[in-house]
Amino acid sequence: MSATELTSALTRRTAADLAALLRAGDVSAVEVATAHLDRIEAVEPAVHAFLHVDREDTLAQARAVDAERAAGEELHELAGVPVAVKDVVVTRGTPTTAGSRILEGWVPPYDATLVTRLRAAGMPMLGKTNMDEFAMGSSTEHSGYGPTHNPWDLDRIPGGSGGGSAAALAAFEAPLAIGTDTGGSIRQPASVTGTVGVKPTYGSVSRYGLVALASSLDQAGPCARTVLDAALLHEVIGGHDPLDATSLTGPAAGYADAARQGASGDLRGVRVGVVRELGGSGHEAGFQREVSAAFRRTVELLEGAGAEVVEVSCPSFTAALAAYYLILPAEASSNLAKFDGMRFGLRVEPAEEPVTAERVMAATRGAGFGSEVKRRIILGTYALSAGYYDAYYGSAQKVRTLIQRDFAAAFDAVDVLVSPTAPTTAFKLGEKLDDPLAMYLNDVATIPANLAGVPGISVPNGLDDAGLPIGLQILAPARADARLYRVGAAVEHLVTADRPGSAPIIDSIPAIPTEVAP
Amino acid sequence: MTTTPTPSLVEYEDAVARFDPVLGIEVHVELGTATKMFDGAPVTFGAEPNTQVTPVSLGLPGALPSLNRAAVESAIRIGLALNCEIAASCRFARKNYFYPDIPKNFQTSQYDEPIAHDGWIDVELEDGTVVRVEIERAHMEEDAGKNTHVGGHDGRLQGAEYSLVDYNRAGIPLVEIVTRPILGTGERAPEVAAAYVRTLRDIFRTLGVSEARMERGNVRADVNVSLRPSPESPLGTRTETKNVNSFRSVDRAVRFEISRQAAVLDAGLSVIQETRHFHETDGTTSPGRVKSDAEDYRYFPEPDLVPIEPDRAWVEELRSGLPELPAARRRRLHTEWGFADAEMRDVVNAGALDLIEASVAAGTTPAAARKWWMGELARIASSSETALEDLPITPAQVAQLQQLVDAGRINDKLARQVLAGVLAGEGSPEDVVAARGLEVVSDDGQLLEAIDAALAAQPDIAEKIRGGNLGPIGAVIGAVMKATRGQADAGRVRELVLERVQA
Repeated sequence: MSATELTSALTRRTAADLAALLRAGDVSAVEVATAHLDRIEAVEPAVHAFLHVDREDTLAQARAVDAERAAGEELHELAGVPVAVKDVVVTRGTPTTAGSRILEGWVPPYDATLVTRLRAAGMPMLGKTNMDEFAMGSSTEHSGYGPTHNPWDLDRIPGGSGGGSAAALAAFEAPLAIGTDTGGSIRQPASVTGTVGVKPTYGSVSRYGLVALASSLDQAGPCARTVLDAALLHEVIGGHDPLDATSLTGPAAGYADAARQGASGDLRGVRVGVVRELGGSGHEAGFQREVSAAFRRTVELLEGAGAEVVEVSCPSFTAALAAYYLILPAEASSNLAKFDGMRFGLRVEPAEEPVTAERVMAATRGAGFGSEVKRRIILGTYALSAGYYDAYYGSAQKVRTLIQRDFAAAFDAVDVLVSPTAPTTAFKLGEKLDDPLAMYLNDVATIPANLAGVPGISVPNGLDDAGLPIGLQILAPARADARLYRVGAAVEHLVTADRPGSAPIIDSIPAIPTEVAP
Repeated sequence: MTTTPTPSLVEYEDAVARFDPVLGIEVHVELGTATKMFDGAPVTFGAEPNTQVTPVSLGLPGALPSLNRAAVESAIRIGLALNCEIAASCRFARKNYFYPDIPKNFQTSQYDEPIAHDGWIDVELEDGTVVRVEIERAHMEEDAGKNTHVGGHDGRLQGAEYSLVDYNRAGIPLVEIVTRPILGTGERAPEVAAAYVRTLRDIFRTLGVSEARMERGNVRADVNVSLRPSPESPLGTRTETKNVNSFRSVDRAVRFEISRQAAVLDAGLSVIQETRHFHETDGTTSPGRVKSDAEDYRYFPEPDLVPIEPDRAWVEELRSGLPELPAARRRRLHTEWGFADAEMRDVVNAGALDLIEASVAAGTTPAAARKWWMGELARIASSSETALEDLPITPAQVAQLQQLVDAGRINDKLARQVLAGVLAGEGSPEDVVAARGLEVVSDDGQLLEAIDAALAAQPDIAEKIRGGNLGPIGAVIGAVMKATRGQADAGRVRELVLERVQA
C-alpha cells in the first residue's frame, strides 16, 4: 500500500474503527495522526477548514500515546484518535482566535475543560478549525481569516458558524471534531456537509474555556461522520465541571450504547413527533423542495421501523428567531466587551491624539471586529438600553418560556421530535452575505432547542438533485441526549439502507482537487 | 463639561439652621475570604501587582465565574447582623461599562435581587444618643482592579502620561450596604454619618467577615447628601461623594457638602446630581468625571451563574451562630460593670472597652481596670498621641499591676513607676518590680530602724504624739518614706510609729 493509499485508508475510517485498530496494535497513533496531517496538507488549499495546524505538536501528542500504550498503560478507548477543535475553544499554548482578527496572535495560558478531557483521553489535537467570527454566522464567510469551502462543492458554504469542523470531517481531514452550537452552529454545518453534529443538553458539556457568544445558549458538542462516533466523543467531553456554574451534575454516559442499540434500525415503541411549525404540514414554505421530500420519506421509514409517528404543534416556535436575535446580541454585546486592546489580542491606537484608554478601546474594536459582529453588538446594546429592556430583552425571555412550555407539552406526548435541520442545502459562497435576514433564516429549525436548552442532533438525510447533502434534526428532552443517539443511529441505518447500493451518504462526496498527485 | 461656579460656602451652623440635611450612605466592605468572589485566586493585600490572578479574575476569553460559598455566607451573616430579610432566591446581574480596571468590562453585581434587604441598625453617638438607620439592601459584588496614573500630579488621571492596572484586587468579594434616606439628623448629620460607618466597621470586625481596615480601603463609603428647606419639604437633589475612607473624612465630607449646597441654594441655583470626590488635604469635595453614558449600565441577569437560593436551615444556623454584636455587648458590659452612664460613654469613646474587658478577664475588677485605662494610661496615650490600644502594654499586664497593688506589694506611687517600666519595654510588672527593686519594704526591722532614726532626729514630735497629738505623725511617715525611697507601706509605718511611741 502506498503512503497515499494508507492515508486514504486511515482517513476514511470512522473513529470507532480507528480506536479498534489502535487498541489492536494494527496502527500507531503516529500513523493515524500522520495520515490526517498529510490529508490536511493536501486538501487545505482548496477547503481551508483550519486556522492553525502544528504538525510537530500533534505528532508529539501521538508519540506520547504510543509510548504509553507500549508501556502497557491503561488507555482511554479513543486514545490515539485525533480530533480537530473549533477555534472558539481555548487551548493552552495554541493560538485561539475565535475567527476574529481582534484575537490574532493570542496564545491562551490555559485549556478549556473539554480540551483538558481530550488530552486526558490521549486524543491528539490536529488543529483549530475555521468559523464565523465569534460564532456569528451560518456560512463561515464571516471568519476574519477567509471562508471555508464545502468539500461537496467548493463554491458553496460549509455552513456556520462551525463550518471548519464540519468541512474537516467531510474532507476526511479529521475523524472527529469539536463544535459549539448557539443557534445551530454544529447542526446546520453537519446538515450541509453530510456529517453528524450534536448539540447536547445545555450544561452537558462544560463551557469553561469557550470564548463566549451567548452564555445562556452556547453549548459545545461532538461532530463526526457517524452517530456512534459522535456518541463516543460526547462521552469524552461531557460531564460535570465545577468551573462552569451552569454545568449539569452526573456523568455523560450511555451514549455509545444508545447508538449501538439504534443501529439495528428497530424503533418499535418509540414515539416520534413531527413539528408542524418546522416543515410539517402547512409549514413547508421556505423549505427547499428536496429537503421537504427527503424529510417526508424518512418519516415514512421511521414508521416502517416501528416508530409511532404523530404531528405535534409548537406554536411559539414561530417567534423563536425573533427572540433569539434579541437574547443572543444582548448577551454577546456584554460578552464581547472584554475585547478592548487592554490585556490581550489586537491593540490599535487612534490615528490622532489624544491616546486615551477609551480611544484605544474604540480604535481597537473598530479595527478588530468584522461587520456582522458590530451589527450584533449594536443590536444587543440597544436591546439592553434603559427604557428598552422590557420591550426587547424582557419580551424575548417570555418567548423563551413559551418555547420551553411547547417543548414540555410536546415531550409529554412523544419521545423525540423531528424536523429538517436546515431549510436548504448548501448555498453558494457570497449568495447571502449581504442579506443578514436571509442568513439568519438558516437557523429557524435549530434555534428553538438552544432557547429551551434541549439537545438536538443532525444526521445525513440524503442528497438533493444537485447532489448536495440534506440533514434531519432530532430533538429530545433535556438530559435525554441518549435518545438522540438511539434514534439518530436508527435514521442513519434506515436512510443508508434506503439508498441505491446502501452506501453511506458520505461516500458520494466528489474527490477534492489536491496539491499532491493522487 | 458644564460647571457651576460654587458660591462661597455658608457657615455650617447657619446652613443647618436654615436647611434640613438628608443622608444616604453606601458602604462597601471587602470580605476577608481566602479566595475571590468567582475564582480560586487568593485574596491577599500588598502582593506584587498582577500575581494574585487567574484567567477568571483577568477576564480572559472563555473564563467563567463560579460562586464562592464563603462569600455568600459572609454576606448572609452581614445581612442578619443588620436585621435584614435574607432573600429566598436572588441573582447576580452584569453592570456593563468600559473601564480598564474592570477586566470583563462589566462588573458582576447584584442589581434588582440583593441577598439581604429591609433591615436596620442602631447607631450610638458620642453623647449616648441612639439613631436608628434603616437599611434598604445589602448585596454582593466583585471589586475592580486598581489603577495607578503615572506622570501627572497627585496620581490623578488628568494629565497622566500613562496608567498601570493591578488586577490583584479584581474579583475580591464585596458587600455593599445601602441605607434608606436618613432623616431628621439636623445639625448632627456629619456625626451620624461617621458613627454609622464606624458602627458597621465594628460589626464587620465582630462578625470576622473582614479585617475592616479603613486605611487599606477594606471599608469605603459613598456619602449622599441633600438639603431641603424643612423636614416637610420633598427631598432635595443629592450629590454622591465617592470613596470616603475614614470616619473623620465622612464627617468632614458631609459637613462640607451641607455648607456648599446651602450656598448653591442661597444663590438661587440648583444642586446638580453628580458624583463628587473628597479631598483629604482641605476637606473639600469637587465634581467627578462626567461620563456621557454613565447612567445606562445595561443591567441584565448574569447568565453564567445560577440563582442563589440559600437553604432556610442554613440561614437559621448562621443566625443562631452570630456572635454578640457590639451594641448588645456594650449594654451587657455596662450592666455587668456597673459604671455610670457617663463613665461607660467615656470608656466607649476612648476605645477602651475591649481593653477593660480583657483586663477584667485577666483577673482585675472593672473599676480598677477603668482607673488604669481611663486614667494614667489615657494620659500617657494622649500626651504621646498614641491610640490607647497601641500602647505597649497588655490588658493582662494591667491586671497584674493591679494585683500587685491589691496584694500590698506595691503602692500607688510605686505602681506608676512599674507602669513606666512596662511601657519602656522592661517586661511584665513583676519583671519591673524585680529589676528596679520597687517592692514595698515589708521588713518591720528595716522600717523600725528608719522610724527610730526619724524620731531621734525630732525628739519633740515623739513627745507630742505620746501626748495624744497625732498631727505630726505625717512628718515621721514622710521621713521614713524618704529613707526607703517610697517603698514603704505608709499604713504599716503609721502602725509601727504608734507602737514605738507608746512603748
